[in-house]
Amino acid sequence: MKEYRPLWVALLAMALVSPLGLYVPELMRAGSAWGEWGLEEVKHMVGYVPPGMQRLSDLWKAPIPDYGLPGQAESPLLYRSLSYILSALLGIGLCGGTALLVTRWLVKKKG
Amino acid sequence: MHIPDGYLGPPTYLVSYATCIPLWGLAARRVKAALPAQRVPLLAISAAFAFVVMMFNVPLPGATTGHAVGGVLIAIAVGPWGAALSISIAVVIQALLFGDGGITAIGANCLNMAFIMPFTGYAVYRSLSPFLPSRKGDAVAAAIAGWVGLTVAAFTTALMFGIQPLLHTSSDGRALYAPYPLLVTVPAMVLEHLLLFGVVEALLTGLVVYHLRASRSAWVIQLPTKVSP
Repeated sequence: MKEYRPLWVALLAMALVSPLGLYVPELMRAGSAWGEWGLEEVKHMVGYVPPGMQRLSDLWKAPIPDYGLPGQAESPLLYRSLSYILSALLGIGLCGGTALLVTRWLVKKKG
Repeated sequence: MHIPDGYLGPPTYLVSYATCIPLWGLAARRVKAALPAQRVPLLAISAAFAFVVMMFNVPLPGATTGHAVGGVLIAIAVGPWGAALSISIAVVIQALLFGDGGITAIGANCLNMAFIMPFTGYAVYRSLSPFLPSRKGDAVAAAIAGWVGLTVAAFTTALMFGIQPLLHTSSDGRALYAPYPLLVTVPAMVLEHLLLFGVVEALLTGLVVYHLRASRSAWVIQLPTKVSP
């Protein structure tokens, strides 16, 4: 296990500086990723909201939308940075944990 | 590159899921056959890395954002099947918990980021690295592979967006799902990835592979040759 420690430390360090991914695009006035616009943006761009898009878009309410708390989009950057770091840590834990369980289960079945 | 819910019509997202299911099965079989038990944590590290690297949004100033995926780096570290499995796990968690990518689009997003990207990039890396035997050369091969891998994934994502108006347009000429045709989606997605996000992916892949090899990091699996993935 010891040999993997530097890699986990690197992941934690990435989580701590992850708000750069929030801050730098705002500084440069960059908007949504191409093809990931919200309904309002699509309406602004093409003049209407495609009906199928409207129907499917609220199929799922993610508990932590855009790596922040719901309704937090207008909060000060400091709060959003904190949520972003916590989201990164949660994501690392969940992705790592799930991959560990799935892979361990697969490898064990080999027996 | 995370297609949200509502951008793809049912034929596209169902076919994508249907394509992914046997591929996930195959990935599970390959990982099971090739991964030594003590190497299991490497896939956990890979999934966590894919998740966190995608949080680093890179701006195209005044326009849009994008990000590296790390797909080719992970393929070089743990093989393309291990990459497919670990990136798929990250994509599912991004969609379910963080609303990054739709749940109807999980199949499509996994095809692009967890299969097409690592396999394309890995093929490029494997075909270039014999010509670039030094450690620096190896990093250059990895960088080019990362750049190609991300750009090809952007291209296939653009194809998925761009075929929607062909498949679903109402009688009044309005789109039902993603509204832009191939002639718009392909240049937009490919150019921004070719010129900016792919370059970020290339730097990430090349520099990290160089560092991993130089430090003999445990992340890079040295598989016995007969069970090479």
